[in-house]
Amino acid sequence: MNIPAELKYTKDHEWVKIDGDIATVGITDFAQGELGDIVYVEVDTLDETLDREAIFGTVEAVKTVSDLFSPLSGEIVEFNESLEDEPEQVNTDPYGAGWMVKIKLSDSSEIDDLLSAEAYKEIIGG
Amino acid sequence: MKNTALTTTHELLGAKMVPFAGYNMPVSYEGVNAEHETVRNGVGVFDVSHMGEFLISGPNALDLIQRVTSNDASKLTIGRAQYSCLPNETGGIVDDLIVYRIKDDQYLLVVNASNIDKDWAHIAAYNKEFNADIRNISEGYSLLAIQGPKAVEAMQSLTSIDLSTIKFYHFEVADFAGIDHVIISATGYTGSGGFEIYCKNEEVKQIWDKVFEAGAEFGIKPIGLAARDTLRLEMGYCLYGNDIDDTTSPFEAGLGWITKFTKDFVNSEALEKEKKHGPERKLVAFELNERGIPRHGYDIVDGNGKTIGTVTSGTMSPSMGTGIGLGYVLTVFSEYGSKIQIQIRKKAIPATVVKLPFYKAK
Repeated sequence: MNIPAELKYTKDHEWVKIDGDIATVGITDFAQGELGDIVYVEVDTLDETLDREAIFGTVEAVKTVSDLFSPLSGEIVEFNESLEDEPEQVNTDPYGAGWMVKIKLSDSSEIDDLLSAEAYKEIIGG
Repeated sequence: MKNTALTTTHELLGAKMVPFAGYNMPVSYEGVNAEHETVRNGVGVFDVSHMGEFLISGPNALDLIQRVTSNDASKLTIGRAQYSCLPNETGGIVDDLIVYRIKDDQYLLVVNASNIDKDWAHIAAYNKEFNADIRNISEGYSLLAIQGPKAVEAMQSLTSIDLSTIKFYHFEVADFAGIDHVIISATGYTGSGGFEIYCKNEEVKQIWDKVFEAGAEFGIKPIGLAARDTLRLEMGYCLYGNDIDDTTSPFEAGLGWITKFTKDFVNSEALEKEKKHGPERKLVAFELNERGIPRHGYDIVDGNGKTIGTVTSGTMSPSMGTGIGLGYVLTVFSEYGSKIQIQIRKKAIPATVVKLPFYKAK
C-alpha cells in the first residue's frame, strides 16, 4: 500500500498536499483500490467556497459511486480536467496525475487536524 | 462465511474477496474492465460454486417440477436445459433457475446462492403432494463457468467429446480434465458463449488447474463477480434480488417467454389473468443519452420530474462506454424509443428505452 509520508490524509481516504494557501486533493491508493476501475470524476463545485467536509464532487467506479469530501474549508479553484478524458489516472497514479482539485484555504489552522501518513496507515489497518 | 473449494486459490491469485450470499467470493482480480474484455474477446473462468443444486428424481420428478416452475419442463429431452422460474403464490418470483434433464426421471435444478434455503423450503412444501426424491447437493458440488468466444477451442483438448457440437442450452455428461461424469453445459450468464462445468468439490481444483493449463495459449484468465455483473447486464439478463424478486411478476419482468400455460403451476391462474390484462409496470432496458451511471434504487422520472419508476440494475457498460440499466416503469413508458430520465443525485439525465441486448457480439 502506497502512503507517501510527505502528504496529509483524512479518514475519508483523501490525501492533501499543502503548498502555501493552496491544498491539492486526491484519493488515496487504498481508496482507488477499493473502488476498482474508475470511470469518471464529477466536480460541479468549481469556484464555490465550501466548508470542511462538504461534498465537492463524486467519483464513479464501474461498481459503485462515492462522494468526495472537502478535507479543508476554502474555494475550489481548480479541477484536474485531464480526468474528464482519462479518469483511469486516479487508478494508475492516485498521488500524481490522478489529483482531483485545488482548494484555496480559508482557514489554514485546519491543516493541524489532518492525519499524518502514520495515522492514516493505522486507520486502514496497514 | 462459507468458502468454495477454490477460495485459497483465488486468494493466492490476489483476488479481491467479498462476502456474497454467505460465501467468500472473488469480486475481481486485475480489474473489472480488463476481465470484462477478456470474456468478450477471449476466454475467462468464473468460480460460481456458490450456486445451489437440487437433484430431483423418481417417477414423480417431472410432475413436481411442472408444478413449481413456470416453463414447460415436459419439453426437455435428456441432455437439454431450460431457463425457468419459481412463481410464488402472490404474483412474484421465488427464484429464477435452470432445469437440466439428466436421465428419464432425474432432473437437476440450479438456483441462486442467496435463495437456496428459501427455494428448498418452497419446493419441499409442494413435494408433499408428489413425494419425489429431492436432494440438496449444493454443498458438495462446484461450478465453473468458462466463458468467451475462445472457450470451445481452448477447452477442446480436455475432453473426448466434440465441444463445438454442444448446442446452446444443451449439455453432455462426459470426461473433462481427467475427471469422468462431469456436466459440460453450453450455458452461461455472459452472452459470449462457452460452458458451465458441474463437478464435485474434490474434483474442482484439478479441473481449474487443467483449464488454466489448456487455456494458457488462449490468454485465459480468472474473472470475478464484478465482471459477471457487467457482462450479464450488457445482455439484459435478470439478476434475482435486483431485477426480479418476491414482488415482481414474470410478465412485469419480461419473462412471459418462460411462463407457459400448457400446464397448471403455482399461481398460474392469476398469472394467466395478468397476461390477458397486461401488467401495470414493465422492466425496460435503457441507455443514457448523456454521461452518467444509473444505479440500483435511483428514481426514473418523466419530463416533468414525476417519478414513473425505479432503476433495478445499472452500470457503465465496459463494452460501449455508456451508462446502461434496467428498471421498472409504468407500462405507458415501456415502448422502445420512449424518452425517460434517470435521477442521478441532483440531475435528471435523459435516457432512451432500448431493445435488448445492449451488447451485440461482433
